[in-house]
Amino acid sequence: MMKSEADDHGHFGEFGGRYVPETLIAALEELDKCYRSVKKSSEFWNELDDLLGSYAGRPTPLYFAENLSDLVGGPKIYLKREDLAHTGAHKINNVLGQSLLAKFMKKERIIAETGAGQHGVAIATACALFGIPCEVYMGAEDVARQALNVFRMELLGAKVHSVTSGSKTLKDAINEAMRDWVTNVRTTYYCIGSVMGPAPYPTMVRDFQRVIGLECMDQILRLEGRLPDCLLACVGGGSNAIGLFHPFIEHENVRMIGVEPGGEGIESGLHGATLAAGAPGIFHGQKTFVLSDSYGQISPAHSVSAGLDYPGVGPEHAFLKENGRAQYEMASNDEALEAFLVLSKTEGIIPALESAHAIAYLLKEGEAFDRDDIVVVNLSGRGDKDVAQVREILDNSSGRSNI
Amino acid sequence: MSRIDSVFQNLKDRNEVALVAFLTAGDPDLESTLKLATEICSRGADILEIGIPFSDPLAEGVTIQKASERSLANGTTLEDILELTRKLGECVETPIVLMGYANPFFSFGEERFARFAGDVGVSGVIVPDLPPEEGKNFYNRCEASDIDPILLVSPTTSPERLKYLSAKTRGFLYYVSLTGVTGERAVLPSGLKNLVARVRSQSLYPVCVGFGISTAKQASEVSAFADGVIVGSAFVDRVARSGNVEEAVRSVGSFASELKKSLVQRTI
Repeated sequence: MMKSEADDHGHFGEFGGRYVPETLIAALEELDKCYRSVKKSSEFWNELDDLLGSYAGRPTPLYFAENLSDLVGGPKIYLKREDLAHTGAHKINNVLGQSLLAKFMKKERIIAETGAGQHGVAIATACALFGIPCEVYMGAEDVARQALNVFRMELLGAKVHSVTSGSKTLKDAINEAMRDWVTNVRTTYYCIGSVMGPAPYPTMVRDFQRVIGLECMDQILRLEGRLPDCLLACVGGGSNAIGLFHPFIEHENVRMIGVEPGGEGIESGLHGATLAAGAPGIFHGQKTFVLSDSYGQISPAHSVSAGLDYPGVGPEHAFLKENGRAQYEMASNDEALEAFLVLSKTEGIIPALESAHAIAYLLKEGEAFDRDDIVVVNLSGRGDKDVAQVREILDNSSGRSNI
Repeated sequence: MSRIDSVFQNLKDRNEVALVAFLTAGDPDLESTLKLATEICSRGADILEIGIPFSDPLAEGVTIQKASERSLANGTTLEDILELTRKLGECVETPIVLMGYANPFFSFGEERFARFAGDVGVSGVIVPDLPPEEGKNFYNRCEASDIDPILLVSPTTSPERLKYLSAKTRGFLYYVSLTGVTGERAVLPSGLKNLVARVRSQSLYPVCVGFGISTAKQASEVSAFADGVIVGSAFVDRVARSGNVEEAVRSVGSFASELKKSLVQRTI
């Protein structure tokens, strides 16, 4: 039976591992030890389950999108409604797990990176709940683009640091968070927002996101009496995708497709399709696929959706690509925008631009499925955060009459 | 015995402590780096550490980050730096250690790097984000080309791991004086002397202390209990603050000489 588990040193095949400065090795070992211990503790999981239910609004529905299915003219499409979770995305699953762990480890402060601000808002939320001081690193460019999310984090009591080094985006925010962690390693918990970074983060974050796939499996069996034929999810760092995929990996008849941001197209260089167009490299503490120039300097990623704008990808995805268990495709900025509009109109659901990439794949390729195929799309987040940006894009292109 | 081993042997014979000086390659440009490095070596550096710029240098403070950005903006590549090392080797005897992050080495090709670097006379490598567990292949290939893989130890390193690292390092052991990134600090971390003593008692190799040492006074203090003193950001900063290359050469030269003079002679 097919499995996807890291070895004792956090390697998924040749990927993953722990490529960090010596100062962080002890912290990662401590984290690994504590996580392995709480992983076996029913008390920990009970407390987390309670929070996921009473606070985060789980289980999220699995919704049959009949209108969208009719429009696509292909398979029966179900949407896993992570957009209905508290704070509007799947990010809450991870931050509740990690901040509970931080509390267990008696850490005095939590730091995090954020791109568009979704993970930042989620961790600020969890820290408000647990009463832990929270500091979030965010690229100066993102601070300017996502002023409302900065204010949300501040409302929740977090301190937001605007990062002006490097390309002033998510990757630089991660560098700066790592620098903070190296400095304050004894007292501080670093809450990474996706299935990336040095071991044990990719495994741990995945375990906290697996709830998506586990619920989905129960729900589809109740609704359809069988497993789906295909799972679809967008991939930036890859946490919503791995959360949905992972419980299904051993069921080899279930296809899994991750959709990366094709941006303005691979040729343009403006994209974030790390698995499709990148190569193995070492970045942010892990070996994985990265976007870099021919000298190994990391290239900035680009996508209309800030949450997919990352020049690396979780190492488990690199592993699933290499062994062929999962397939990785792309949707462009324009295709994602179209999907954003289509889902809003046909289902009354405004998706996050990230999640719209997964919908876009179905709009492109949906007809290739059989009519009785079942496809589950992870609707990882809601699009309220994106409406201002989409309005601006439409105003600047051929006008809003296009809607 | 490697070239770095010989340096420490000679210093020991003279009861001296090593000055390890750092410059970012290609800041402001490679030609200047050659002049600056030659000057630093002739004015007292015992080992020269050359930084390879990286887009995401997560162990660096602002000074070296900015130097990396300037260097990358000039298009500096690892290949250029190997060529710089070759030229430098024609001017100075000082062993040259390349310090850089894993991805540019990986991208160049681990085997290819070890071969080229061996040919141009690189004496050691320091790769802060490549612990020996992940870097087995790379470090073995370097050793096979007579390049010492220099490992780091930090204040958070456990006693068991210290044993492991001191068995794996070659040339010297790099003790990171503080939990934090590189860059100048007003004062040395408290308890440094005892921490370094603990490391030295375990290590088969000389222990050099770096991170945060930026003045002759601090270097002097550290030299009382370490085998070597590593100064980086303070050199890089002098380059950045100079109006032109000639001024920068004078500035780093007199600083190297001031540092070297400050290092205490050991009493036998």
